[in-house]
Amino acid sequence: MEIKIKLNGKDVSASIEADLLLIDFLREHGCYSVKRGCETSGCGLCTVLMDEKPVLSCSVLTARADGHEIWTLEGLQEEAQEFAGFIADQGADQCGFCNPGFVMNTIALLRENPNPTDDEIRAYLAGNLCRCSGYEGQLRGIRNYLDSRGEKGNGHTCVL
Amino acid sequence: MISIQKYVRAKSLEEAYQLNQSRANRVIGGMLWIKTGNGSVNTAIDLCDLGLDGIEETQEAFLIGAMTSLRRMELHQGLNTYTQGAAGAAVRDIIGVQFRNLATVGGSIWGRFGFSDVLTFFLSLETFVELYQGGIVPLEQFAALGYDRDILVRLIVKKKPGVFAYRAFRNQRTDLPVLTCALSRMEGEYRAVIGARPGRAIVVRDEEGLLSGGQTEGRYNAFSAYVARVVPMGSNTRGSAAYRTHLARVLTERNLMQIMESGGK
Repeated sequence: MEIKIKLNGKDVSASIEADLLLIDFLREHGCYSVKRGCETSGCGLCTVLMDEKPVLSCSVLTARADGHEIWTLEGLQEEAQEFAGFIADQGADQCGFCNPGFVMNTIALLRENPNPTDDEIRAYLAGNLCRCSGYEGQLRGIRNYLDSRGEKGNGHTCVL
Repeated sequence: MISIQKYVRAKSLEEAYQLNQSRANRVIGGMLWIKTGNGSVNTAIDLCDLGLDGIEETQEAFLIGAMTSLRRMELHQGLNTYTQGAAGAAVRDIIGVQFRNLATVGGSIWGRFGFSDVLTFFLSLETFVELYQGGIVPLEQFAALGYDRDILVRLIVKKKPGVFAYRAFRNQRTDLPVLTCALSRMEGEYRAVIGARPGRAIVVRDEEGLLSGGQTEGRYNAFSAYVARVVPMGSNTRGSAAYRTHLARVLTERNLMQIMESGGK
């Protein structure tokens, strides 16, 4: 079947099989930040934005994405750079495999809620699993980024 | 791994219903449950273009389209105001935001999964299911039925005045629940719903009048113990039947205390 998707701001047309998953379509189109992880819709590695909302691309048929807008980390480098460095500063991305998913979901979080509390950050990122860290590094990085913007979160400092 | 030969976005409920009469075809809902399975689907039927992805609030009811995402339900102000936040509490630990943006209310209810927070929650409300062919049936009745080839169109939640509370116990956040428990008091009727038993959620009413005649800690204890006694439990890798029985008593009592504190007296 024929589909048209707006991928990272560009129109993409393709002929696909009915059961092609969005993650495979994206990787075939050069979006290697989109990682395959658990295969059970539970790890968040494959997070992309579909019509501005974070979704698991391993669980979306490409056919359903027809006519929709998809953003991956490849198209959001500038926005990601704003806070990814803060996460790296905390050593939170040890092996780095989960990092694109974390970054994509953090972008979605900050668009939806520019000043989240620590509990709101934890809740929003609960669907992103990391085998290396205890998640505190990611939390510290995001908190430091928010503090660096001079905007008020909940006034809590992140404590180990 | 599931294989799909053909994908169709239904243009009408009639088209979806006709396609669904073949056992080789399936309505995909949010796609999350189907993806975990194996086998072959001839035609994947997608309801995404039928305008069923929203929650309409009227004076009397909430009309929740089958394709409404769990995330939309979690954030819906009217539904959360009516249920004192129980709607959000029921779904917020289901995997993650990305999952809840895909998972649908219709898929969760149609599946009648034993582990379902969604089914447990809606059974505690005055909820009806609108089926394309089967008409409008009470959710409690629908939950006890087997699967057929009908199409779930929407849920209808009547705004019966009441107080509501929801709790689930998980071994770890985002995991499947060990036990789910919803409690409501609508126009004087108490309703406890226990799910993840691990079977389908069931409703327990205060048929012995344990909560009538004043609210005291002793009455909470008695009703919670009654719920734990009458609900059949089973064992699986998440917990034993005895453990679930214990949890049922504790979660029911905590929900009772919550709704009493929030105006259920």
